[in-house]
Formats: sequence, C-alpha cells, structure tokens
Amino acid sequence: MKVTKQVVLKKIFSVALGLGLAASSATFAADITGAGATFPYPIYAKWAEAYKAKTGVGLNYQSIGSSGGVKQIRAKTVDFGATDNPLKAEELQKDGLVQFPAIIGGVVPVLNIEGVPNGQLKLTGEVLASIFLGEITKWNDPKIAALNAGVKLPDQSITVVHRADGSGTTAIFTDYLTKVSKTWADKVGAGAAVKWLANSAVGGKGNEGVAANVSRVKGSIGYVEYAYAKKNKMNYAQLKNKDGQFVAPDDLTFAAAAANVNWSKTPGMGIFLTNQSGAKTWPIAGASFILIYKDPSNKANAAEVIKFFEWAFKNGQKIAEELDYVPMPANVTDYISKSVLSQVKVK
Amino acid sequence: MRGNRFLIQDYLFHKVSLFFALSVLLILCGVIASLFINAWPALQAFGPGFFVTIEWDIIGGQFGGLIAIFGTVISALIALLIAVPLSFGIAVFLTEKCPAHLKQPLGTAVELLAAVPSIIYGMFGLFIFAPIFADYIQPALAATLGQIPFLGILFSGAFNGIGVLCAGLILAVMILPFIASVMRDVFQVVPPVLKESAYGIGCTTWEVVTKIVLPYTQSGVIGGIMLGLGRALGETMAVTFVIGNAHKLSASLFSPGNSIASTLANEFGEAEPGLHYAALFALGLALFVITFIVLGLAKWMLVRMESRQGVKS
Repeated sequence: MKVTKQVVLKKIFSVALGLGLAASSATFAADITGAGATFPYPIYAKWAEAYKAKTGVGLNYQSIGSSGGVKQIRAKTVDFGATDNPLKAEELQKDGLVQFPAIIGGVVPVLNIEGVPNGQLKLTGEVLASIFLGEITKWNDPKIAALNAGVKLPDQSITVVHRADGSGTTAIFTDYLTKVSKTWADKVGAGAAVKWLANSAVGGKGNEGVAANVSRVKGSIGYVEYAYAKKNKMNYAQLKNKDGQFVAPDDLTFAAAAANVNWSKTPGMGIFLTNQSGAKTWPIAGASFILIYKDPSNKANAAEVIKFFEWAFKNGQKIAEELDYVPMPANVTDYISKSVLSQVKVK
Repeated sequence: MRGNRFLIQDYLFHKVSLFFALSVLLILCGVIASLFINAWPALQAFGPGFFVTIEWDIIGGQFGGLIAIFGTVISALIALLIAVPLSFGIAVFLTEKCPAHLKQPLGTAVELLAAVPSIIYGMFGLFIFAPIFADYIQPALAATLGQIPFLGILFSGAFNGIGVLCAGLILAVMILPFIASVMRDVFQVVPPVLKESAYGIGCTTWEVVTKIVLPYTQSGVIGGIMLGLGRALGETMAVTFVIGNAHKLSASLFSPGNSIASTLANEFGEAEPGLHYAALFALGLALFVITFIVLGLAKWMLVRMESRQGVKS
C-alpha cells in the first residue's frame, strides 16, 4: 500500500512539474494582451490570427466594452486598451497614455417596418433625433412622410431599441444626434450610456442584442455597427448628410467620412467621425481607438503591441475590407507611426 | 493514553467543524460589508431616497433604484402567482392520482425542466415565446382583462412581446420545477395511514389534500415556494433577455422594464468608478435586503403556523 502511495505521489509531483514548465515556457512566447471595445473585436481577432501565423506572437484580446478597456489599461492589467469613445487630451496627459485610431466603421439605423423595401426609407438627423426622443411616435408621421414621397408608410407605432449596456456605439450615435439636434443636446446629450426619453423603448445587450430586438419587435428602429446590420440582412435607413445628400451606409461612405478629417491637428486624435462634410459621407461613422502607456512597465510587450499595429496598418487592409471595416488611410498611419507610437518608450 | 487521544481528536473535531460553520457567517458578513462600503458614495449622495427614486440618468449622475426594485418584485410575484397553483396541481396529481406507469416519466420531466440552463430560457423567451406572446396572447389579454375598469391599465400598451409580464411568465416556467418537485417530495412523506384513514371515512381527494396533506407538509411547501421566489428574484440572464431593459416605470405589465439583476448584468462592465458604480452596488444591496426579507418572512410564517398548531392540539 505504502509503495503505491509513493508512486502516486511521485506521479502527481512530476505532472505538476511538467505543467509548471509548460506554463513558464508559454510565457516565453510573450503573448500581448488587450481589452476593450467590442466593435473592432472581429478585425483584431483576424489580424491576430494572421500575425501569429507569421511571427508566432499571439494576441489575447478581451472584448469587454469600451469603458471596460479604459478601466483595464488604467489598472495596468493589459498591454493596451481599446475604446470607441476616445479619451480627451487632458485625460491622456494625466494618465500618461497615447491614443490612436486603428480602424473605422459606421453606425447604421436599422428598422423593422412592414411594406418598406430594404434601404429605401430616408431620414434626416433631426427626424432620427425626434424618433429617439419619442416626439415622433408613428411611422406615418408627416415629418417622415415628407422625406419619403412614394413610399407607403404604415400606421404603426414606433418602438425605439437602444443599448442596455454602456457602449462606444451609443457614444458615436448620441454624439451625432447631439450635433444635429438642439433638443437632443439639451435634453439628453452624448455618452456611452444615456437616458432614453422615448416612451416605447426597449434595451438590448450588445450590438447583437439590439439586432435581435429590432428583428423581433414590429415597428422598431435601433442602431448597430454596420457589420451587424449586414450580417443579419437587416432593413436600414438612408441618412441625409451635412451636404444635404441622402447616402446609404457602406465602406465607401464610411471612408468618405474620414477623408476630410485632420487627425494630426487634434491632440490625442480623439475625433468622432460624425456629421462630417462631403457629398458621399455617411454621417454616423466612427473610429476605434487604442490606448498605450507612454512609459510602459512591460517594455517588451509594449514593443510587441507597436509592432503588431504597424504590421496591421501595412498588411491588414485586405482583411479589414473583407470584414466591412475601413482601414486607416496611409497618410494617417504614417502620422501614427512617426508622431504617436514614437512617444512610447520601449527601451 | 488512548482516552487522551480521543479527547484531543474530539476537541479538534469540534473546533474544526465550528470553524467551518463560522466561515459561512464570515463570508456573509464580508459580502454585506463589501456591498455596503462600495454602495456608500451613492447612499451618501442620495440618502434613503435612493430606493424610492425613479430617476436613472447616467450622464446627469442622478440615480434611483425604484424602477429596478419594482421590476424585480413584480416579475417575481407574477412568476409565483402562476407557478404556485401549477406546481400544486402537478404535485397533487403525481402523488395522489397518477397511474403508476406515468409517475416516473412525468416526475423526471419536471426535474429535467430544472436542469435547463437559464440562458436557454432567455433565448427561448426572446426568439420563440415573445413573438407568439405579442401576436396572440397580448391582443387576447388586452381584449379581455384589459377591458376591466382600473385593472385594465395593467394590460394596455403596445404589443411588443417583451416586457415585465413576459419576464414573469418565463420566470414562472423556470421556478415551476423547483416548487413542484419540493411539493411532490414532501407530499410523499405524509404517512399513508393518515391518508388511508381519511379516505376510509369517505373523504374526497380534495379533502384529503387540503385537510391532511397540506397541514402535514406546510413547512415543506412554504420552503419550496420560498426557494422558487429566491430564484425568481435573483434570476439574471433569462430576465435580461425578455424584460426589455428600459429604465421606465409604467403601470402596464406589457411595457418594458428592468430588474436589479439585469441592470447589474447590463451596466457593471461599463460603469466608471464613481456614483454610477456605487449606485449599482446600492442596487445589489437592495437585492440582498429583499432576499433577506423574503427569507425572514418565510421563517416568521413557519414559526407562527407551528405555534398555532400547538394551540390546536
């Protein structure tokens, strides 16, 4: 009996030792860690896969939401944070962080109304704000009808679907409504989570929750990242942009939103790409931002993070386009490499 | 020598088991303390009024817990209202009337219902039940119960499917197996001689159940109901799917609302440290207190019943 006990103990010991060795050798590969926004998660995951195949360095990205990403980088539990709701220049200064946009996408109003063909409903920013304020409560409201001559609008109540969790998507969407509607700016304002005033309103968790609720609730309108609208083949609305043109959401109109932006002039590059000028511009576009410490405690990992994003800027465009994201233009990525990433002390 | 060793063993055993028992109390106190400390900024800012204030404005920094507390209590009460009579029927049928060959499959089916993970109930609720509820049940309810004066307001409003009533119905299905299987188990321990003598003097099944079985098993039955209520109050995932997650207080049971657990699930990940964070902890504290009150009430009811029985006999 005693002998077998010893044998068993030895075995346990050797297994434990083996596990320990395996764990320590795994840390040698120096995987980088990031956390934050859910919206760029699909593209970061694809980039990480391709990058790992090439360099052997993996990326462990937790898509926990933008505010979560800011919280994690402040707690220094990750090598980089990601947020759709950019920090202000003074906040970056205070925390010793640098911030840069990594990818561009768009927010799309999605609908569930009977008898309106896909992508045919036209809305302006003010009407959209009135709907989300609960001032317009029926689809055949004269204000909507005036924009949609020839479309037969049903006599149906509108249910507004919004995010129940705090979200960068909400931050982009409400930033747009604040810019185009004074009433919205006075009564609600912009932020990752706001007070929804419409009487008939339903909250969904995450982009997928909003998409599911809009598909389900008749007469509803919500807002999701473009990829979710496309993936679920949802009915969306055209929007009137700052130049007075009605545009449909796609990669080109998102890219047009970023075309006229002067990133280098804004400290911290924290720009919302909402209500930008340009005839082909989709009015509710947004970038997703990365946060890194200027003087990181783990310099080796910070160097890897920089290498990863520089690689992605050069080689990741195709993957981005496949997933309906808009890669950052070359002049912007040059600026990021030369003026932003160079501030990070990796030695 | 030998006796001494046993004494030491006994002593150690006593201390170790005492430590285990005390550790439960310690964990409980730790939970209360941490909830309270984290909730303190919100309680300080809004006072006890926090628990009766409707406002929940994250940007404006105004927080009140009434909507979430109301939603939690109402959805749990709806669930009990539906689940208790159903469970009672199931348990009575299984113990008194069920043919032997159906007993096993039916009993197992009820228990299996308890094994379904709550996320499955949430998905079922949102994708399958809510559309049916919106298309058929809500219009029917509005046309019938909705016409009753005063009470009608409970069944008015848009037919969205999701809302407080839908959450209550899904919760009812979720807590049904708990209550039903506890009831069945306690009904089974009633000594056959009691029931047989009742049947012998010509009692109907209903009389046997209400006069013999229920009085004999009341503590077990109440325990089962409280177990179900506890689960309904704290249920998070399934409720988050179907309650609508809107910070709105409405008299209509059709309209979307919010519960404490679903507010926490939705907002914790993104809450910035500060009042919002503290307000969420204060909601957690409120849930804790509600559950505590429920347990306390159950205990009090049991004690009262037992003392009454003492007087009778």
